[in-house]
Amino acid sequence: MAIEEQKVVSHSRTVSLGDNTPALPEELRDPLVLGNPSIHDISEKIASITDSPMNLKFLLAIGATASLAGWGVLTIVYTIATGIGVWGLNNPVGWGWDITNFVFWIGIGHAGTLISAILYLFRQKWRTAINRAAEAMTIFAVICALIFPLLHTGRPWLAIYWLLPYPNQMQMWVNFRSPLLWDVFAVSTYGTVSALFWFLGLIPDLATVRNYVKGPVKKMAYWLTSLGWTGSNRAWHHYEVAYMILAGISTPLVLSVHTIVSFDFAVSVLPGWHTTIFPPYFVAGAVFSGFAMVMTLLIITREILDLKDYITLKHLDNMNKIILTTGMMVGYAYTMEFFIAWYSGNPYELSVFINRATGDYAWSYWAMFICNVVSPQVYWFKNLRRNIPLMFIISIFVNIGMWFERFTIISTSLHHDFLPGSWGYYSPTWVEVSIFAGTFGIFLTLFLLFAKFVPVIAISEVKAIMPTAQPHHHNEHH
Amino acid sequence: MSIGTSTVVMGNFTDPNALLHAAEKIRDSGFRKFDVFTPYPVHGLDGAMGIKRTILPYISFGGAMFGLSNALLLQYFTGAIDYKLNIGGKPFFGWQFSIPIDFELTILCTALATIGGVFFLSNLPKWHLPFQHDAGFQKAVDDTFVVAISSEDPRYTTDGTKMLLEQLGASDVRIVEPKND
Repeated sequence: MAIEEQKVVSHSRTVSLGDNTPALPEELRDPLVLGNPSIHDISEKIASITDSPMNLKFLLAIGATASLAGWGVLTIVYTIATGIGVWGLNNPVGWGWDITNFVFWIGIGHAGTLISAILYLFRQKWRTAINRAAEAMTIFAVICALIFPLLHTGRPWLAIYWLLPYPNQMQMWVNFRSPLLWDVFAVSTYGTVSALFWFLGLIPDLATVRNYVKGPVKKMAYWLTSLGWTGSNRAWHHYEVAYMILAGISTPLVLSVHTIVSFDFAVSVLPGWHTTIFPPYFVAGAVFSGFAMVMTLLIITREILDLKDYITLKHLDNMNKIILTTGMMVGYAYTMEFFIAWYSGNPYELSVFINRATGDYAWSYWAMFICNVVSPQVYWFKNLRRNIPLMFIISIFVNIGMWFERFTIISTSLHHDFLPGSWGYYSPTWVEVSIFAGTFGIFLTLFLLFAKFVPVIAISEVKAIMPTAQPHHHNEHH
Repeated sequence: MSIGTSTVVMGNFTDPNALLHAAEKIRDSGFRKFDVFTPYPVHGLDGAMGIKRTILPYISFGGAMFGLSNALLLQYFTGAIDYKLNIGGKPFFGWQFSIPIDFELTILCTALATIGGVFFLSNLPKWHLPFQHDAGFQKAVDDTFVVAISSEDPRYTTDGTKMLLEQLGASDVRIVEPKND
């Protein structure tokens, strides 16, 4: 009886019962935005970033990243003009840094969609502070990823009829039975849908910025991109459903993209690649690496743009929990691959895995294992999950580890062919290293431009989760 | 109905509870040509304004079916009819290997239909905003809820409608002339 009474009380807090009413669980948690800003303060804070003049620090930073991107473009031109013979690829190892980098960049994007779509469907309110930047990273990462398979075709100007089904003068079509073609559709759909979803979320915020900025050129730019948004509830009402539908379709989409990327390997018959664990293993790894990249960039962004009240330790803590979880998932996959290699009784499979851990590329395997499985274990402790210098270092470790994971998978299965006579070894040339560095330049340049000119935090979404933003309609008797 | 481009009476709110109450009262007084402008979506406001459910999901579903059927047709036509190419003895068409492309094109067309649909239903993009010159109206994308009732509504009377908004707790109740040049 007494218990039942308590239940009634805790479920009807808005019924005025005096001061004894227990707090809702939500009120016991850390606030999502610190400093208790008003709704206007939120607009002011985020919009003022876009309206501030470019300072020397920004120009130096973008000068550095754009130079790196420029060097990457030069080496891309060199590759196209000469042929991919300037890379280190050889006969047993036909995929090297190019495909490693492709998978690496596609994986980076997955955290953005996870935050924007999956956490939205799970009603995780803390996502509002980080979704905009994470989604931007998704789009930039897909752009970087696309460069590699396109270059790998050797003659990218002909890639259009190898990759896209359009009626051409040879009356030939693409091969729909190949996982490489599935990849074309998966990645281009992913890029398009991510960009649309991102832009839809931006429209109300661009309208806020449109009314805030002063310069005529900026004003015009935000006028055009905000598409005449006024905040009419007759538009919001369609908008919210559109947002929900896009979140709903992006959720299976993000799972499908890295699944299909893993099919590039799993559908082949090579020992070490031909395994059914690949799709979930790749998806977990993608989310893992994506969160690490989001972490690296957001730690810097919140520092430089002074967003510590919006991207709080609570947000970083939650992201570290996801890094720990997904890190354990990839750790499980690494271990299970070994077990199955032995349990299958397939000598080729076992030989590939023993070679992975002890052979020519053992340094790469153990770098991957230590960075991905061992390093995130510090996040079992709350004070370490909230230690900023430590999480910055761990996030870099995870980025490195996840790159090595893809490199290990690709090179170890290829360099030992079935016949020992055709074994080989692969190492990249300076051209491949430069192109990879160049994609970092492209990625960081785009991110800097984004942080300067686009509202870095989803203004309208943060406003909507403020404690006083919504009417409390639990107890209205009209 | 949206407020159109004729003269409106506007009032500002800052409290979401008062706004919800006001929207219900305006709806119940029989007004149809009015709108509420908010900086973020307010829970329950659609019902309070008497807005019907959006048809957007049907548009999205149409996009999904378009994408799926075209993906199947494309793969069947190119592989099994137009140019049969024997690759490793695999069948020219099989539903199993068509699934990745079916799935991706379904998602792609759903997303395009949803975005197209939301723009069409919300009348976006809109390059002319007749009330943008009003400082209070501009704050609707910042921190203020703005209620606007059109003079074209049959129940509109200049004094009566102004008084209604004032009684409902709106501040800065004002007549705003559209700028239509």
